[in-house]
This record gives sequence, structure tokens and C-alpha cells, in this order.
Amino acid sequence: MSEQTLLNWLLTDEPTSRRHARLTRFYQGWLALRANTLAMLGLSILIVLTLMAILAPVLAPHDPFVQNLGNRLQPLGSTDHLLGTDSLGRDILSRLIYGSRITLYIVALVALIAPIAGLLVGTVSGYAGGWVDVILMRITDVFLAFPRLVLALAFVAVLGAGIENAVIAISLTAWPPYARIARAETLTIRSSDYISAIRLQGAKPLRIITKHIWPLCMSSLIVRVTLDMAGIILAAAGLGFLGLGAQPPSPEWGAMISEGRRFILDSWWVATIPGLAIFTVSLAFNLLGDGLRDVLDPKSRGQ
Amino acid sequence: MLNVTKLNVWFGHGRDRVDAVKSVDLTVEKGESFGLVGESGSGKSTILRAITGLAPHWSGAMVIDGSKIVGTSRDRVFFRKVQMVFQDPYASLHPRHTVDQVLSETLYLHGITDIESNILRLLDNVGLTARFRFRYPHQLSGGQRQRVAIARALAGRPDMLLLDEPTSALDVSVQAEILNLLTDLRNERHLTYIMVSHNLAVVAHMCDRVAVMRHGEIVELIKVDQLRLGHAHHPYVKELLESTYG
Repeated sequence: MSEQTLLNWLLTDEPTSRRHARLTRFYQGWLALRANTLAMLGLSILIVLTLMAILAPVLAPHDPFVQNLGNRLQPLGSTDHLLGTDSLGRDILSRLIYGSRITLYIVALVALIAPIAGLLVGTVSGYAGGWVDVILMRITDVFLAFPRLVLALAFVAVLGAGIENAVIAISLTAWPPYARIARAETLTIRSSDYISAIRLQGAKPLRIITKHIWPLCMSSLIVRVTLDMAGIILAAAGLGFLGLGAQPPSPEWGAMISEGRRFILDSWWVATIPGLAIFTVSLAFNLLGDGLRDVLDPKSRGQ
Repeated sequence: MLNVTKLNVWFGHGRDRVDAVKSVDLTVEKGESFGLVGESGSGKSTILRAITGLAPHWSGAMVIDGSKIVGTSRDRVFFRKVQMVFQDPYASLHPRHTVDQVLSETLYLHGITDIESNILRLLDNVGLTARFRFRYPHQLSGGQRQRVAIARALAGRPDMLLLDEPTSALDVSVQAEILNLLTDLRNERHLTYIMVSHNLAVVAHMCDRVAVMRHGEIVELIKVDQLRLGHAHHPYVKELLESTYG
């Protein structure tokens, strides 16, 4: 198939199969996203981050855990250590590269747990209404009322420090906004004619929620997730900084800042470099989220 | 086929209570096409929603094919007998579902196994070719969407269709097409229609008997040939006739 026929096939208004219909819709969304330069910048940063995490053993010039006290606090650009070394003489660039794995791990886990929990609670609450709605939403309110980091701190204090517990703690504080969004969307969707229509075909609530309401809530949740990612990374870094997230010698970026803090005046790069990394990734997620909102928002694509 | 006695439908409680339908009696025979006319807010659509269980509060008695309807939940047997076509085809199709998804899910819910050939047959019945099968609603015109909505209503092979102003959201030229389609389908399948409209001419074209509603009550029940001759008794109906036929 030549390039032109492929393009026509992807852009047709008359798809010929289920798969074809899905592909054309996906491709049109991709075209809209590609037109947004900043979103593409964010996406490429995240792709680079992912590649970095996958290829860490190949890319890292040194072992991120090997200490060399005779070689400590080397400045930026020193031979053999492009980004210098930390207080124990470990190569910062290598630690940064390995740290991307931890960051992605946290982000992926939280992005899996929080929105899905929020979607479940929100849609059930919105669709069922009545006392189910009241109970679920008051529980959500309770979680929403807690300051995020403080609640996370309490959970980590109870469960013990460590990445998995930090993820659980962040997820527990991150789901209520998703539940709120999903409920609000459900309330507008449930009274629409197409939900009435499927009810008249005898569909049960479980089918209506999963097959008819979820697909419409998804886009706003995906956008919210990408916009929240920055906050999640920062919360994970904050927990790491406070010594409650990843434990030494793990090269988690927040923990690296925490270690570098003691030398911030004379060896500023030790804390600054991982700080810049957190900043870049958070910004990338925000840019991508902004672009995705333009593409996915069902209201702006009313057609 | 359908027997409604002393039907009251209301929304809200206490001081906010609005009585949308007040003590309505209706009888629709099998194979008949029955019209409900009235201005907006007269409660005609609410009667259809009460029959299908979409209105939250009602009192009175409704009997379909000898079985009594209770509360707001309806069973599978009911949904195989009675289906509804909604007013606005832009709102009655799921924006993220293709025509194929809409019809195959409906067929599946009615326990029909041969989905593939049934979809093509349904599309053919409502005058759409197989080209439209994998389109999303936004790739269809208003008339095409309403055809899909009619196909969905027909999927479970119902005996009775409730038509809630099925043409009022469409262009005039498309309105005639949809009305003709509905007439043809009724002749082929011996369907019973209850058609709601604010347009007396449309109802007079489609129906055998007409009930004129105002403020939630039926003010006059009249045969269409009587209506055409202008033999109305109630002053409101006379007024309506004058504004329609001059």
C-alpha cells in the first residue's frame, strides 16, 4: 500500500470494519495532537525518559551505587563525570538515569490505581444516586479534606518507608478528585437520551456504567491524570526528600535532592541536577496534558 | 394493546411538585396508530416516558397486552414488546459508538444470536446501506441518525413503537422521508404506534385517532377523519385546527 492510499484509508469517512473505524478515529486524534507543538515537546521528553529508563544499563557511564570517597563532590563537566559526583563519589548522571526508572515506576503505579479507583467510585455514585451517592461522596469528602502530603506521611509512617508504600499513600490521597470528576460527568450523562435508549433495550446498570458511561468519562480522566502527574512526581520526590519514600542508596530523584541539600552552598549541582530533572518531567507531563485536553475533550469536539 | 387509566405523573416533592400529567385515560388498540398532540409542556412526552419507566413518579394503572405495569422497572418481556424513538437524534445515539456497536449491542441484549446478518437487514429496513455500518454518529446527517435510532428500536422486533416527536429536530424535506419510512414499516410489520407531536398536520397524516392535550389533560379524543372535516368540539382544538389548516 502506498503512502497516499494509506492516508486515505486512515482518513476516510466510511470505515469498512470495526478495527478500521477505531483506527481512523485514533489517527484523527493523533493529527490534532501533532499540530500542537508544545504537547509534542512534552511527549518527546516523556519518550526520551522512557527510553532512558529502559536502556539505563547501556546509557549509564558508571554504576550508580559504587562509592568512591576520594572522588567526591566533583563539579559539573569534570572528566569522566559529566554531571559531577555526589557526597559519596557516585556519578550523578548515572544515578539520574537509573532514577528515571523509579520515577516512571511510581508514576505508572499511581496512574493505574488512583484514576481507576476514582472512576469506579465516581460513576457508581453518580449513576446509583440516593444513599449510595451520599455515602460514597462523604467518604470522598473525608479523603479530599486531608492535606495530601500529611496524609501520605501518616500512611508511610504506619506502613513503613519505601517506594511501594509511598505509591499507596499517594494513590490514597490522589483518587478523590477523579471520583468527583467522574461523578459530575456521570450526572450529566445518565439523564441523556442515549442512556435512556440503552435502558429501554433492557441493559443492566453494570453494562451501562462500564460500556456507556466509562468511555465518556475516560477522556477527562486521562487529561486530569497527565495534569496531575507533575503533582504526583513532586509528592513522590517530597516523600523521598523527607526520607519516607525511596530509601538510600536508591537513586530516587527526591532522595538525591535530600542528600545534596547539605552541600547546597558549595556544591550546588548535587541537589540542582535532580531538581531540574523533576522539573523537566513535570513540565513535560503538563504540556502533554494540555494538548490532550484539546484533543480529547468531548465538549470542544462536539461535532 | 395498551390501556391507561387515571394516569398521573409528577416531578418533585411538596411545594416544588409539578403535575405533568393529570388523570389521563387512554386505550390504544393493536395495530392502531394513535396520536398525542399538544403544545410543549402539555405532558404528551411525559406519558411515553411513564409507560417506558423513565418517569420517576406516577400513579394510576397501565396494562400492556394484559400484563400490568408496576413502578419504574420494566422486564425483558416489556422491552421486547415496546420500544421508543426519541425526539432528538443528535442526543439519542452514544457519541463514541459506531452504528455497528449500537445495533449489535441492542441485538445482543435482546438475545438475538445471528447478529451479523441482522445488522445488515436492519440497516436495509431503514433505508441505509452497509456503507454506514461503521460510522460514528458525527459522520451521519440528522435524518441518517434518526434512521439508525429507528433501526435500534426495531432490533428487538417490538409490537409497539412510541414515537416522541421523531421528526421535529429534522429539516422539513427529511421529515417527510422519516414519516414515510415509519408508515412503510408500520404496514410491513403491523406495528402499533403512539406518536407524540406538536404538529397537527404530521399526526393527521400518520394516525387514526388523536388525543389533544393541554396542561397535562386530554381535552379531546377525536378520529382523524373527523378532525380533517373540522368536527372538533373543544374550543382549544378548534383553535389548533384553524392555526394548522387555516
